[in-house]
Order: sequence, then C-alpha cells, then structure tokens
Amino acid sequence: MIKLLQGNEACAYAALAAGVRFFAGYPITPSTEIAEIMSMELPKRGGKFIQMEDELASMAAIIGGSLGGLKSMTATSGPGLSLMQENIGYASITETPTLIVNVQRGGPSTGLPTMPSQSDIMAAKWGSHGDHPIIVTYPHTVPEIYNETIRSVYLSEKYRVPVILLLDEVIGHMREKIEIPDENTIEKFDRKVPTVPNDWFFPFEGNLEGVPPFASFGEGYRYHVTGLVHDVDGFPTSKHSQIERFMNRLIGKIDNNVNDILKWEEYNMEDAEYAILAAGCIARTARDTIKVLREKGIKIGLIRPVTIWPFMEQPLINATKKIKKLFVPELNLGMLSLEANRVLKGKLEVCPYNKINGEIIYPSELEKFIEEEI
Amino acid sequence: MIEQSVVHKYLRKNKKFPHIWCPGCGHGVIMGSLLRAIDKMGVDRNNVAVISGIGCSSRTPTYLDFNTLHTTHGRALAFATGVKLARPDMLVIVVMGDGDAVGIGGNHFIHAARRNMDLKVVVYNNNIYGMTGGQASPTTPSGKKATTARYGNIERSFDICDLARSTGANYVARATSYHVKQLENYIYKSFNKKGFTVVEAVTHCPTTYGRLNSLKEPVAGMEFQKNNFIMKNLWDKLSDEEKQVKFPMGEFVDVDKEGFVTKYLNLIESVRQGD
Repeated sequence: MIKLLQGNEACAYAALAAGVRFFAGYPITPSTEIAEIMSMELPKRGGKFIQMEDELASMAAIIGGSLGGLKSMTATSGPGLSLMQENIGYASITETPTLIVNVQRGGPSTGLPTMPSQSDIMAAKWGSHGDHPIIVTYPHTVPEIYNETIRSVYLSEKYRVPVILLLDEVIGHMREKIEIPDENTIEKFDRKVPTVPNDWFFPFEGNLEGVPPFASFGEGYRYHVTGLVHDVDGFPTSKHSQIERFMNRLIGKIDNNVNDILKWEEYNMEDAEYAILAAGCIARTARDTIKVLREKGIKIGLIRPVTIWPFMEQPLINATKKIKKLFVPELNLGMLSLEANRVLKGKLEVCPYNKINGEIIYPSELEKFIEEEI
Repeated sequence: MIEQSVVHKYLRKNKKFPHIWCPGCGHGVIMGSLLRAIDKMGVDRNNVAVISGIGCSSRTPTYLDFNTLHTTHGRALAFATGVKLARPDMLVIVVMGDGDAVGIGGNHFIHAARRNMDLKVVVYNNNIYGMTGGQASPTTPSGKKATTARYGNIERSFDICDLARSTGANYVARATSYHVKQLENYIYKSFNKKGFTVVEAVTHCPTTYGRLNSLKEPVAGMEFQKNNFIMKNLWDKLSDEEKQVKFPMGEFVDVDKEGFVTKYLNLIESVRQGD
C-alpha cells in the first residue's frame, strides 16, 4: 500500500507491525504524534497504551511491560531522554528489551522544541551512568524510519538491550511517499525462551552470543531481576570474579556482535577522492551537495551510518583509505567528527561543519564550504 | 510451628540468607505478615509478582520465591504498572519504604492512586532512610532527629494514609509491626480488592532512627507502637492534645471504584467491537 506519511507516523505503524503491544509515554514535542497514534491503534490489536506522569515513569513502565512479555516502546525528545537515563541503565543491566524513540530537538534543557538538531548523538550512547550496552539507529527518510523501527525492535529483542531510534525533527514531521508492506509479510521474531525447567534455569547465563534466554513473568520461572550487579542466577553479588564475568558478558553482547548490528550506506564512494560523513537529515543535504559537486568534476561520496552506535569503526577506516579529506557536517558542535577523529587517529584530515541555530544545513552552504576546503 | 512452615514455604531457601536486615528490625515481621496473606489467597505463585524500589524494605523480593523485581529508587509503582498491564491476571504486590514511596517516588504514588491502578502496595514506614545510615525522610516526625537533621527535623511529615486517601485509593489501612494480626488481615483484605490499595506498615529502625531518638532497643520500638497506635474509632474521640502524641490505625478507606485494568480491558473490547 502506498501512502504519504510523516516520519513519526511511519515509526508508529512500523512498531505496530513489528509486534509492539505496549507503549508508555509522556507528551513532548516533536515526538507526540507517535504516542497519539499508539493510543488509538494499540487497543484495536489488544495492546496497551498508558500516558504516564513523566518520562522516568514511562521508561520504567515499558521495562515492566517487557518483563511481562510484551514488546514495549516509548517515544520522547531531549528533555525526556534526560529523565529516561536512570531507567535506560536499568534496562541495560537487567537486559530488558525496550525501544526508545528520540525525535531530537535543540538543547540544552528545554532548548528548541520545534527545531531540528542532532545534539543527542552522544547522549544516546553515553546517557546513563556506568558502562552500559546500548544500540542506536539513525534513519534518514520516512521509508527508512519504517524499516529501521522494525530492525530496532528486532535488535532489542535479539540482544536484550535498550535500543534508541534517533530521528531528526524535520524527518519526524516531513511527509514522504512510502510503500507499506502487508503486516503479515513482515518477519516475526519471538524472544528466545528457556527450554529447561525452573530448577535448571539460570536467567542471566548467556548463550553463544552472550544473550540469556528470556523468561517473561508468569511463565513459571520465578527468578529475580535487580539493577544491582548480579550473578547468573540473578541475585546480587559482590564477588569480583562474578562481577567481571557479568560485566564482560553484558558489554560483549554488543562488542562481539558488531558485524550483525552495524549497518551503513556508501554512496558514490567507488571513485571518491573526498567523502562526507553524515547521518539523518544532514545525509540528505550531503546527497544533494554531492550531485552538484560531481557535476563540477569533484569526486566526492557519502558515508552514512544507519546504526550509529556501536560506531562503524572498521567500515569507516576501510571506506576512507583512499580519501584525501573527510567532511563532517552535523547539527551540533562536533559529535560525529569527534568520533571520526577517534577512529581515524589523525590519519585523515577531518573537517567539521557545524550549525546549531535551529536550521538545517543547506546544500548550497555545504557546497561552498567543501569547495573552499578543497 | 504451623505459621513457621507457611512463611518458609515462600522463602528462597539456600539462596539469599542471611538477609541484610539488622537485628531487631521490624521488616521481617512485615514480610511474615505479607507471606501469610499471600498464602491465604491460595494463588499460584507463578502468578504473583513482588516489586520493590530501593532501600532496606525493598530487599524483600530478593528473599521471596515469586516473580521478583528490584527496581530503581522510587520507581517501583511505574515498573509495576507495566507488569500489571502486560499481565492483567497477575497479583502484583509493590513493597516500598517511606522514602521510596512518598519521597523520591511521591509523584508515581499519587498518580498510581489517581488512576486506581490495580497494584497492592505495602509501605514499610520506619520514618527514616535506614540503608544510607539514618537521614531524614518525608515521614520523619517534626522535631525528631536524623543524621541530616541533627537539631531536630524542622519539616512537617507526610501521613501516607491521608495521601493515599486523598489521591483516590480504593483501600487504605495502617497497622504496625507490633500489631501483627491486624497487619496480616489488612494486607489480605487489600489483595482481594480491585484498584489501588495501600497498607502502611509502621516499623521501627533501632539502628538509625532508634539510636538518635531514644528508642535504640528493639523492644522499645515495639512498645512505642503498642502504646501509641490506637484504633481509628478510639483515636477520633481523643482531644486535640492527645491526638498530637497518639496515632490512628485501622482501615481508613474501603470502597470499590472501578480500577484502571478493568476499564482498559473494557475499552479494548469496545474498540474491537466497533471495528
């Protein structure tokens, strides 16, 4: 079915198609359409929607819903993400699959509620105290929002981690043509459940990928879930050997499965001498810029992370081997460029182009900047 | 002997004992009452969840053989809301301390009550933050000492039952770790009701609150409860002066307004019929 949908609408319908049956959230611009659609659509599918008293509670409630056996999500923007950080850490340490959609706005604090910004790239990765596993995805078109929402639910269930889906305000609110697949054709993925009796079940012992099977509450496995560091049986531990084993497995779920989790796109990179590294709406700016520059004879391409965390370390190194300069335009003061510099270790000049006035970066200004730098 | 076996039936033996509570703490008495009430319900233990926040009382689920969830500080009710909506048939019990329930978690407490969310709350109220060493809590009485109120608490304290009543709970009752039978009965009664229910279990903390407030012997804490908590109907007849030093216990609210879960399940049904 072909439709003209907003990014936020595509996100909500994709989540429903992926089997999300519990949503808890708190109204916040520019994400609110997602909650509104879920409140209307979930009861039709036997699912549950609740508007909580704040984002602390929203994040807590979806963890509860997920433990109860429902694929669960919330949607928010920067100030809400700040409040959710407490329980994002809890979802990480208890390995509870949850999807957090963050339609970004300008920050800090209340910031720019209705304007685009990419200021949460670092907050999405590091926002919660302590080393914690997390996956962050970053689509750049309405159709890609649909697909990435489904993939984000899948990754969160497969690796038992919170996944943050980062959206840009301008794509969340932009309408674009999208072909929506029949819900029945979308691959269904169920949680891996334990196959042994209760007495034999260690709720926090990983499989080959480091991920424990998931027993929902009420299924006969009466285990303990805690935000304290715990042993394989789920009970708090203060033994250093057990702490180390636990933390290594927790972080290893991401580190050891990077190839499965990573996704990126290379555009016009085959013969490129220069490259742009950009994500979300700014990748669209970059695409237009590349067309114009190529017409002028400048061989330039685009590298676009779709999974933004874990970062595409090796793919970026591989893709930039023959590149003379890497341009990094973004709507913040240099988050992607900081990461690019960390990965490339000075082997390649990284040229940041930053804008934080609430506007997107226009192709004309990026074109001018690149031409001057070349 | 019979009562002992009821309690032991639900403890995670060989797993997490000894518990972390101090000698003389009243929390074990409340946990015993809670377990006897659950036993009386005769429910399948696979269909019981015990959910807590952070603090001494919130260690309760660790020791119990149910679906147990030890969450973040103050957020137990929000987590429990998710569990209950995912599993509407489950008996979802929420155990919190005073700081957890009406301090850091105060907003969740009033909204869970306002929604009449079908959660069975037991608040262990020891009037202090015990786990962190005796800081003033929202229920530390005015004038009493805490490690962050060395000169006596100048703040007013919350009455947990008043708060639950005014925000819409279906059932509100108070007993103490001395009044064990009443406590067990109130908890049992709350389990049989729909909607949001709160049983405040007053308990004593000899280690922190007691030491700072001339009640450092566990027995002194129990005697204080015995001598100063009186049934509501008798308390109502006291003079204003007497009411300053005595505390009411018993059942404060017992109504049957429709709970959130029932309403939502009805909503699903009507939306689906409308399709």
